[in-house]
Amino acid sequence: MSPSVIYHEVRSARVRMMRAGAGEPLVFLHGAGGLSPWGPFLEDLSQHFDVIAPEHPGFGDSGDGAFIRNVADMAMYYLDFLDSLHAGAVHLVGTSLGGWIAAETAVRNCSRIASVSLLAPAGLRIKGVPIGDNFIWGPEEGVRNLFFNQAYADKLLAVEPTEDEADRQLTNRFMATRLGWEPRWFSPSLQKWLHRIQVPSLVLWGEEDRLFPVEYAKLWGDSIPAAQVQTVPNAGHLMQIECAQDVAKRLLSFLAGR
Amino acid sequence: MQFTCFHLMPYRPLDMEERAKHRSAWVVLPNTLYDPERGAEQYESYLAQLTSAEGLGFDVIGVNEHHQTAYGMMPAPNLIASALIQRTKKIRIAILGRALPLTNNPIFIAEELAMLDTLSRGRIIAGFVRGIGTEYHATGINPAHSHERYQEAHDLIVAAWTKPGPFEFEGEHYNFRYVNLWPRPYQRPRPPIWIPSQGSSETVRWAAAPERKYPFLVTFSAFDLVKRYLTSYADQARQYGYEPLGSQLGWAVPIYVADTDEQAKQEAGGAIESLFNQFLPNPWEMLLPPGYMSLSSMKATMKARRSLGSRPRTQTAEDLISSGTALIGSPKTVVEKIKRMQDETGFDNLVSMLQFGTLSDELTNRNMQMFASEVMPHLR
Repeated sequence: MSPSVIYHEVRSARVRMMRAGAGEPLVFLHGAGGLSPWGPFLEDLSQHFDVIAPEHPGFGDSGDGAFIRNVADMAMYYLDFLDSLHAGAVHLVGTSLGGWIAAETAVRNCSRIASVSLLAPAGLRIKGVPIGDNFIWGPEEGVRNLFFNQAYADKLLAVEPTEDEADRQLTNRFMATRLGWEPRWFSPSLQKWLHRIQVPSLVLWGEEDRLFPVEYAKLWGDSIPAAQVQTVPNAGHLMQIECAQDVAKRLLSFLAGR
Repeated sequence: MQFTCFHLMPYRPLDMEERAKHRSAWVVLPNTLYDPERGAEQYESYLAQLTSAEGLGFDVIGVNEHHQTAYGMMPAPNLIASALIQRTKKIRIAILGRALPLTNNPIFIAEELAMLDTLSRGRIIAGFVRGIGTEYHATGINPAHSHERYQEAHDLIVAAWTKPGPFEFEGEHYNFRYVNLWPRPYQRPRPPIWIPSQGSSETVRWAAAPERKYPFLVTFSAFDLVKRYLTSYADQARQYGYEPLGSQLGWAVPIYVADTDEQAKQEAGGAIESLFNQFLPNPWEMLLPPGYMSLSSMKATMKARRSLGSRPRTQTAEDLISSGTALIGSPKTVVEKIKRMQDETGFDNLVSMLQFGTLSDELTNRNMQMFASEVMPHLR
């Protein structure tokens, strides 16, 4: 099933949004690379849920994000966004930067959030466990370091981006820089508030993640009261792409078993 | 014409085979390749060279700021300026420049420059820059805020120098309840400000504005580009309704003179290639972190780059000479090229870099002497 593409206006931001499926609403927050095309992962989720995948303000085609200066602003924006859906409580799923945004949103207010699922989220820092420097990686290593299975990287690298696609990637990179350059991919004050996430939570981490090492999974699990933690074998940072079925299955079973 | 003797202070003993194993001579090049004894020798040589510029008749000596790199050993150019003040009497000293967005307290820059200006009894020229892109990797400062921080820090420093204190400064990035410099600058109302630039139109518009009229130095670019940028500054000034002075138009360029063109190329060719191919190159992720340029400029740059192919080209001495990126030749050849730029743009502010890359002390000293005796008099 291909999703419908909608432009949804909240405050001053008009965000592009993909939506498909039926059931309880599930909001998927993408990572720093931007909103990928609809793939097997979201497709699997849409068999059971009304999947809503917004492109964050400032990313891709979602218009000017100038009023969003940091992840805290983005979290406040998503509280407005959740209000605007008039959909009751949603299942919030976020990967990488999107996981960080999901966590920052949930610590502020969980009243419209039924559950939180974080896939290798940014947002915390463990001293002595350095993360990869994706801002210094070259174009090829930047792709390779996000996958365990290099066949996925090969496939992506074989395709020359169109002018539009290259522009979109650059737009995303600019916005990601604004949000994550310094402190690098974390907020010093997030961890002490994670106890405020009082809804069922899942933390998933690729065991071969070269951007955010899997050691981070435990800290997230220890900091969110009702979190269960699972690590995914043979998966890198973009596990929802290279292990789409496995990751979707784990997520669906968590959501079914709440 | 006004002559500046400018230095980058490169770490010449760099092991170039080891250098080639790393993506850059900046930020990621292990400092185990640096030897403190050799480093001390470099400083000694370079300070002697800059000091000798006074006796040779230069008007200004210039130093600059870069961080965590073998390209230049001056993360704190004010310290070098301070040493130069003690070794010279009359020559002006330009700090080209301090990288404003990299500091969290621009008042420190205002204070240090005011101290240097006082210590030298008014011989300081301040240069304000944003640093190159690698600086944002080295310091952690978010490049997305580079432009905003530069503007704000500039406004704060100029106000600190010229406005009676104490006063309050209220910005987005910088906020201070008390701004009140002790000492104030020696020069009144403040030290001159020069703007080294790669020629972006935003910088041209800003520097040329009537309330600033900051001299604008085009750095390390091919002859035609330098000409284009200087012309755009002059045009901008005319649009603002005034005729720019030649001293507002500056060209920063590596120069080497010897008896013949051939000899000059032979003596300086390896050194100029080391500057452009080993000390200077950076992958674009390091050179242009997102936000360092505006998104629209960056899109245009990346588009041009894609059409040229992504591999950076190695530049030979011939390339650098024929493009006019470096002036290497007999005094006659070099004088002609400078005169041509002068005829075509009206520029009158020459920032000469007479040591570059691995160029030895012996060749540097000879170059400086010959430039002073056989080039400068023809352009005065």
